[in-house]
Amino acid sequence: MKNAAGREIPGSIPGYKEFTPYAGPFVTHPTVRKAGPVLKAVYPGADKVVKTLDEAIEASGLKDGMTISFHHAFRNGDYVINQVVAAIARKGIKGLTIAPSSFLDTNDELIPYFEQGVLVAAQTSGLRNKLGQFLTTNKLTKPVVIRSHGGRVRAIESGELKIDVAFLAAPTCDIYGNINGVDGPAACGSMGYAMVDARLADTVVAITDNLVEGPICPVSIPQHQVDYVLKVDCVGDPKGISTGALRITSNPRDLVIAKYAAKVIEHAGYFKEGFGMQLGAGAASVAAGKYLRDTMLREKIAASFAIGGIVGPFCDLLDEGLIGTLFDVQSFDSRTIESIKNNPRHQEYDCTFYANPWNKGPMVNRLDYVVLGATEVDVNFNVNVMTDSNGIMMGALGGHPDASAGAKCTIICAPLMRGRLPMVTDAVQTISTPGETIDVIVTDRGVAVNPLRQDLMENLKGSGLPLFSIEELKKMAYELGGTPKPVPVSDEIMGVVEYRDGSVLDLIRRPM
Amino acid sequence: MSVQIKPSQAGTLESSDILIMLAPAEPGTGISIELVSPTIHQFGDQIKKVITDTLQANGIKDILVHANDKGAWDYAVEARVKTAILRAIS
Repeated sequence: MKNAAGREIPGSIPGYKEFTPYAGPFVTHPTVRKAGPVLKAVYPGADKVVKTLDEAIEASGLKDGMTISFHHAFRNGDYVINQVVAAIARKGIKGLTIAPSSFLDTNDELIPYFEQGVLVAAQTSGLRNKLGQFLTTNKLTKPVVIRSHGGRVRAIESGELKIDVAFLAAPTCDIYGNINGVDGPAACGSMGYAMVDARLADTVVAITDNLVEGPICPVSIPQHQVDYVLKVDCVGDPKGISTGALRITSNPRDLVIAKYAAKVIEHAGYFKEGFGMQLGAGAASVAAGKYLRDTMLREKIAASFAIGGIVGPFCDLLDEGLIGTLFDVQSFDSRTIESIKNNPRHQEYDCTFYANPWNKGPMVNRLDYVVLGATEVDVNFNVNVMTDSNGIMMGALGGHPDASAGAKCTIICAPLMRGRLPMVTDAVQTISTPGETIDVIVTDRGVAVNPLRQDLMENLKGSGLPLFSIEELKKMAYELGGTPKPVPVSDEIMGVVEYRDGSVLDLIRRPM
Repeated sequence: MSVQIKPSQAGTLESSDILIMLAPAEPGTGISIELVSPTIHQFGDQIKKVITDTLQANGIKDILVHANDKGAWDYAVEARVKTAILRAIS
């Protein structure tokens, strides 16, 4: 049957849970009690420190068929995920499900472990590079489950994703398991994703290269959630963990998109003292912050909060008093890591607080504006950030569907063309965020407002923005580049894209 | 009367360009095109059509074409093929 996003979804999918098709952004509700980890007691005198990774794996009780998790706050500087999986493989443990908060560029090294059957299933927010290619073209026993950041917490808290052992890279950890992300050579800032796994996994192993006697302060992950502590020589490469000071793009196309996006924010109707916003980490979104700063100064309007993954330019706005509080689930650059360490108005928070649709209100619900990127969009305002133009998994849902559902006005930035490929199409390859949660699409050649939002359309008239219907933008793109033929795909289901509520939004089929 | 063709090339591997390489073929063998493109599924047929049409419009009937596309639009494909033809027959 067709789901509410218009995608054909079969009644059952081999290797996947019993499910309901996507029915709308706020239609599928929780029906169960919150799941939790097994209760344990650690008594006085216990020693949590283990000497080797082998010892840590043995102590964790990891067995064939279990589920392991990792966090991705070390980004491309992470040494932990590959090391741990290699050690698990050496011990002969097989049949594991790997469920990190996301995969990283460096995880191509995991491919042999999928081939050998050490890893047999994957659940993630994102997939990149050769691993993405591999998992789109090589069938595992179960399809890859793709979830948003909020959707992952929902899956864990509802008992759908049970994590047996979480191996958590820790920039600083004391001998009793208290962890923070702001100290140590591999400081990554917010531990927002790891906090979820620490709270909900049955067994938690902290892996650090900065082991201290402690107790440390501040504490992001408390000792009462951590079973074992392992000291290694190096948990990550600081250069890959934080990119240094993030530079604003000089690409004129990104800049014109950014300028339009800032103008949409100014005129759409929610640009009032105390508004709340999230800007994505893409080039155009970050640059939009620069133009928005000018507007905020001119109009003397400050935001009460900003959320999301945080980048340096947001910390500047915080210091200038243009943002009241930053809520930070992931700190993208060194400037941000400094800020979360030193500025009390820069608040670390976990991923349920950020984006989980099934709690008593995540921060995304309070957004007035969110500005996000897209690989492509379609005439129904659906967004794809997950597969490339050849249908290969090479992106990440991240918080995209969460923030889009929560915000009063969701703005998507994308160039009209990439090479000769139109980025506004008849139908996106993969729906990662449904069109009914998208309000405005900003391209370098024009801006389109979702017809569901006549109020925004009214507000943006007279703003000087080049307004078109989405059909007109698509026509413009097809006239410039030509009408693309659809990518042929087989019937084999390689990935399931879940909406944040766990319903099935779309399927990723193997390209032919 | 057939034109004397020698191997030639035009274009680059820069983004939004296409590298066209021409090589002589036996009379009667027709136009054969080997195309590499990141958008082969979406635009492969269209790119081949532009190459074929441009060759035919310039009186070329038998030729081997190797095209390495980097997302060129039709006018760029046509311009590169024309230049390659001029170089092949000069």
